[in-house]
Amino acid sequence: MPYIDVDKNLPGIRALLAFSPETAAPIGALAELLLRRSDSLSMADRELIGMYVSYLNDCFYCNHSHGEIAICYLNGNRELVDAVRKDYRQAPITEKLKSLLQIAAKVQQGGRSVLPRDIEQAKEQGASDHDIHDTVLIAATFCMMNRYVDGLATIAPQDMSSYPLRAKQIVEKGYGNHIFLQPQPQPL
Amino acid sequence: MAYIDLQNDLPGIRGPMVYRPETGTILNELAEILLHDDNNTLSRGDREMIGAYVSSENDCFFCQHVHGAMAQHYYQSEMSFIDSIKKDYQTADISEKLKTLLAIAGSVQKSGKLVTQEQIDAAKLQGASDREIHDTVLIAAAFCMFNRYVDGLNTWAPKERQVYIDRAAMRARDGYSQSGLQK
Repeated sequence: MPYIDVDKNLPGIRALLAFSPETAAPIGALAELLLRRSDSLSMADRELIGMYVSYLNDCFYCNHSHGEIAICYLNGNRELVDAVRKDYRQAPITEKLKSLLQIAAKVQQGGRSVLPRDIEQAKEQGASDHDIHDTVLIAATFCMMNRYVDGLATIAPQDMSSYPLRAKQIVEKGYGNHIFLQPQPQPL
Repeated sequence: MAYIDLQNDLPGIRGPMVYRPETGTILNELAEILLHDDNNTLSRGDREMIGAYVSSENDCFFCQHVHGAMAQHYYQSEMSFIDSIKKDYQTADISEKLKTLLAIAGSVQKSGKLVTQEQIDAAKLQGASDREIHDTVLIAAAFCMFNRYVDGLNTWAPKERQVYIDRAAMRARDGYSQSGLQK
């Protein structure tokens, strides 16, 4: 049960965005800028970083929401996403992405846990300053989102078939107010 | 020395905000709504204090001094008052309501999952509204982001506390969205 009186028909962060539209605007814009951009970091890479931080923070809703979005960008490769959660060092991903996930995992513990060696390793694997900047900010942003979602005890749907439907909304239209203003997709 | 070439010499979060103004502008908008906007039943001082407390718990030198100085400015107090709250808010000379909100913020700092129904009930008993509880959780969560952005990139921070105190009046007047992202 959520700790405050939010729309019970909206899951996770969607209920909070609807409760507080003023803050929903910059939060949605931040997600869109950080996660819906494809440059030297793909949208799949960006979602995997967010998913992994959410997994480490034990935030069920964000972990599974962003895992499903990553799966969409990875053409259905659920095994890869599960492998990253289990042990990204052994997952079939690039060495560069492994080094960025290591930085993200340090950020999850605390900003001061990131060490020069973590940054050097990422640069050795070809990560640019821009990649490192975005990795740190994505990881930090999920440390906010996860705390927002769980700190107010929002509803995390237990019906796993609902997650791919919400993921499809994001993949098709991006982040923004439509995710709480439009009717929620219902499992068949 | 920051871990990446920020292409400017600004301290703390201002360095990466100017490095990437697209996200910097949005982060400032969020700070403006949460900390400076007067359409809020929590005082600016209390909201800055929640941010300063979370930053102190996260051991983020830059943020705890910027926002501690902001709280001091709004409270029109000495810095020692802010220090006493950071050190032990339970025995500090603040309202019972703010104590319950700082307890919630302290849980959020560690993990969202550590906020308890008892903490929420205690805040409501002291008159906290749903909106105020929402804002407390989001301010605490947002500082868990800001602190990690600042320290995860190893930005530099002025050592002298007076530097932060001297800037507080200007920031209180102009707010965060007007802070500008020029080098």
